[in-house]
Parts: sequence; C-alpha cells; structure tokens
Amino acid sequence: MPESIVTILDITIGGLLLGGIYALIAMGLSLQYGVARVLNIAHGEFIMLGAFVTFTLYTVVGINPLICLAIVGPIIFIIGFLLQRTLFTHLRITSPNPGAYEASSLLATFGLLFILQNIALIVWGADYRAYSYLNFGVDLGGAIFSANKLVILGFAIGIGLAFYTFLARSRMGKGIRASAQDPTTASLMGVNINHVLAICFGFGAAMAGLAGVLYSMRIPLNPAMGLQYTVIAIIVIVLGGLGSIPGAFIGGFILGIIGEIVTYIDPSLSLAAYYFIFMLLLLVRPKGIFGK
Amino acid sequence: MDIARFTSKRFYITGIITLIIFVGLVTLPFFGSLYNVILVTTLLLYANLTVSWVLFSGLTGYMSLATAAFFGIGIYASALFLPTTGAVLPVLVVVLIGGLASSIIALGVGALTLRLRGIYFAIFTFGLVVLIMELLNWWELSVSHLLGRYVILVDNNVIFYTMLGIFVLVMLTTFFIQRSKFGLAMRSIGENEEAASHIGINVTMVKVITFAISAFFMGATGAIWATKLTYINPHVAFSVLFSFLPVLMAIFGGMGQIYGPVIGAAIFAYLQETLQTEFSEIYMLLFGVVLVVAILYMPSGLVGLIEKTWSRISGGERRVRT
Repeated sequence: MPESIVTILDITIGGLLLGGIYALIAMGLSLQYGVARVLNIAHGEFIMLGAFVTFTLYTVVGINPLICLAIVGPIIFIIGFLLQRTLFTHLRITSPNPGAYEASSLLATFGLLFILQNIALIVWGADYRAYSYLNFGVDLGGAIFSANKLVILGFAIGIGLAFYTFLARSRMGKGIRASAQDPTTASLMGVNINHVLAICFGFGAAMAGLAGVLYSMRIPLNPAMGLQYTVIAIIVIVLGGLGSIPGAFIGGFILGIIGEIVTYIDPSLSLAAYYFIFMLLLLVRPKGIFGK
Repeated sequence: MDIARFTSKRFYITGIITLIIFVGLVTLPFFGSLYNVILVTTLLLYANLTVSWVLFSGLTGYMSLATAAFFGIGIYASALFLPTTGAVLPVLVVVLIGGLASSIIALGVGALTLRLRGIYFAIFTFGLVVLIMELLNWWELSVSHLLGRYVILVDNNVIFYTMLGIFVLVMLTTFFIQRSKFGLAMRSIGENEEAASHIGINVTMVKVITFAISAFFMGATGAIWATKLTYINPHVAFSVLFSFLPVLMAIFGGMGQIYGPVIGAAIFAYLQETLQTEFSEIYMLLFGVVLVVAILYMPSGLVGLIEKTWSRISGGERRVRT
C-alpha cells in the first residue's frame, strides 16, 4: 500500500479507538444534561473514580479490569441516583424557573468536583498511577495497535448500543424520552419524574464510571484528570446536538478522528483545535450536527 | 428622584458605614501589618472580579464564564509591558492597557456571541478561556520556545492602592449604571429580552457595551495582580477557577443588593485563604461542602438570608427589595 493510505488508515483507526471512550463519556453527560438538565461539571470525576477503583481492584485484589465493569458500574449508578434524588431534586423544586435550576445545579456540581477530587487525593495520593493489562500489539492492516485499545473500543460500542436499545425499546426508556421532551406532561401521564431523572443521572454517572474502567487500561491516572474529560464531553455533546444520545455517540467518534488528525500535524495543538472547532460550531450551528 | 430617600435614616446609615469602610481601607497600610495588606489585596481582587461579573451577568441574566479570559489578558498585558528586563511603561499605564485590551476583545467576542442564549453563552465563554490558554501555551512551547514570563516586583502598597482604586471605580460604575436608564434597559433584557427589544431598546448594543465595561475592570485587575504573581504562564493566567469563583461568590453573597457580591467575595475569599493554610489536606473537600450547602440553603445568598432574618425580627416592616 502507498505510504499516504497507510497514514490515513492509521489516523482513522487511531481516531476510532480514542472516539469510543469519548462517545461513552459524552452519552453519559448528554443524558444528564438532556433529560435531568444538570450540566455536570463533575462528570469527569466519575471517570476518575471508576479508573482508580479499577486500579485498586486489579493491583491489590487482582480482579480482571473487564470484570470491574460489572462492579464499578452499579456502584457509581447508585451514587448518581442518590445525588439526583437528594441534592438536585431539592434544587429543582426550590428553583423559581428552569434557567435558575440549570445555573444553580451547574454550580452545585462544581462543588461536587472539589469534594470528589479531594476524596481521591486522600485515598490515592497525587502521584500518577498506571497498570499494564492486555498490553501487546495487534496487527491491523499493516498498523500495530495495542490489544487493550481494541478491547476498549469493542466494549465502548457494546455498552453504547446496549444503552441506546434500552432507551429506544424499554418502558423506562420511553419514560426517560418523554421526560426529556416535556417533564410536566410526562408526569401528568404517570411518569414518576423524580425517579426517572434520578435513573437518568445514575446512568449518566455510570457511563462515566464505565468509561473510566476502560480508559484506565491505556492511560496513567491522577486525581486531577477528570476536568479535561468533562470539557471533552461538553464539546462532544454540543457537536452532536445537546440532548441527542445518538448525536453524542457519533460525535465522540468524530472528535476522536479530529483529535488524531491534529495530533498527527502538531500534538500540542490538539486541545486548542477541539476548542476552535467547538466555538466555530457554536457560532455557526449551535444546535449541533444532529440537533433538531 | 424623591427627596425622601436622601433624608431617610437608611440612606445616612448606609452612607456612614460606607465612609467608615472606605477610610479604614485607605489608611490600612498605616496601621495594618504587611500580612493584612496582602490579605485585603486578595479580598479586593475577588471583589473586583465578582462585582464586574455582576455588572454584566447579574442584570442581563447572561451567565458569562469569560472572567478568566479577561483577567488573563490583563495579566499578559503586564507580562508584555512590565518584564523583569526593565519596566517599559509606568504601572498605572499598564493597568489601563490591560483594561482596554480586555474591553476591545470583549467588544469583538460580545458582538459575535451575545446572540447565543442561555447555557450556550456560558459554554462558549468557558471555551474562550481554554482556547486562549491552549493557543498561548502552544505559542510559548512551539514558536517562542519560552514557557512563562517574569513580571517586575512592585511595592505591596502600590498594588494595594491600585486594587482599591479599581474597586472604588467598579463600585461607582455599578452604582450609577444600575440607577441609570441604561441599567433599566439591562434589567428589562434580563427579564424578557424580546419585550425589551420591542419597546425600542437596542438589545445587542446594551449587552455588548456592558460586557466591554465589565471586561475592562477584569483586565485592569489582572494587570495589577500580575505584579503580585511575578511569575506567570498560560495555566496560571487563564485558570478556569477565576471564571467560576466570581459566579460562586456573587451567588454566595446574593445579587439583590450592590453590597451582596462584595460581602460574598470577601467572606468566600477569606474562607478560601484560611482553609487553604489551616487544612491544606482537606481544603477542597471543605470548600466543596460549603459551596453545595450555600447553593442548597441560601438561594438568595447571605444578603437574602440577612434580610429575611431582619424582617422577621423587626416584624416584617422592611420589605425585601428585589
């Protein structure tokens, strides 16, 4: 194959491998913002928690990181569920209008960010931690990719699709979509709105946690790592259209590929490029690529 | 204006308290220790940022997270014109340049983005901070190969008085804008933008001009703060914390009254300083808890809480002004 095609293939596959994680993170935030109307600045902290718990379970207890998915997911779901049930429900009820609720819940999650980060700092310390799992090369059309990245992508797509099916097919999914469109009418139709919102927030947090479990296989961990993923998630959900779950999923892969292209040109520019595209998009098409 | 307001007891009490605080601040370097001067400088820094944030966002209802961007531009103005290799310009001129540079950028950004509503505006302004930071970082790493800059040392009292001067200016500006026709226009934008434009208010113009005025004070504050930092790099100058803290301080203090954000900023900043030195291990945890509790139980801030308590004590004679 000519050199240029190999490079393009390299970048595309690399982008997809990165995009899988972005897609999962963004789907979680999209659910929290699109339905529960909480723009969760602490979203990345759940990624960090998921990653650190996996690190401890793998290095101390010896549990396989893929099995950790089944442990971390439910735990973080419960944390998210309780947070929405107590903190955000209180804010939602006492806020005079939806705009005030969005502002105060955003600030509350900022406080949450501080709390979670500090807890992680106490438990795991400020140093970078990493472990090695499935860290061998796999030949993919001439390019070598490490096995754990492929496993991550597979699980990310699997989780994303399973979740989408749940939203599209199940009765609870229907309730969630109804609440996203019109909370008042949904609650008149017999949807227990507080319960549904709590489930949404729980699922959103759990997606972040699962992404953290997967991502811990390929990057070093640090208690302060969360915020950058929150920011990436925000970019992706604006890219895909605020509140659109499929948009967030596809947007994640698009941003992953953009990231790989920019990294190929100049690695130190990748974050700047994300923001540039993001701000351009906000100006030209604030509804996002898939927004209605 | 009615004469009754000027002869009322409340007017005199507020006036006298303001005067006492002002005299206390001006004479602080003569009786206070160096530590106190530096502490109050820090409190004034946060008060400046918070009040200028409220000046724009409090009335119009547009939540701007660009504070750190304008603050950082001011800091970089100092880095350019007050390098350690020998000051190019007098400090006060640089402070002015910092303010004007921020204003000009705010005019451009405002004209472009102020048609974005609600959360989109907040997200965009947040992105602006990080974009400038990343671009500067890239510039310093790849083009100028010089990460970080040094700013000359300036006497603590000079920093203090400059900060105080900006504080007095931003308070007076806020005071007069809120009472002017212009302030009324801003308030009506905050309540219902469409209705405001229908009654003949040039909505875009009012928003952009206020955005630029508020950015001026943020930039000026940044320019003088840089001389306190002495070493700066993009991550220090454009820390997103400076976008969030003014919002939190304003909400903590309460935005119903002009002194609310000042009290909020002073208490919050003091709390932050003390927690950071006394409990450095769990400082973020305590800070986060205070924040969440404040948002949960004091939706109209400290001032709202005080007014509510006061009206209960005095039997509901005083009505809470909105």
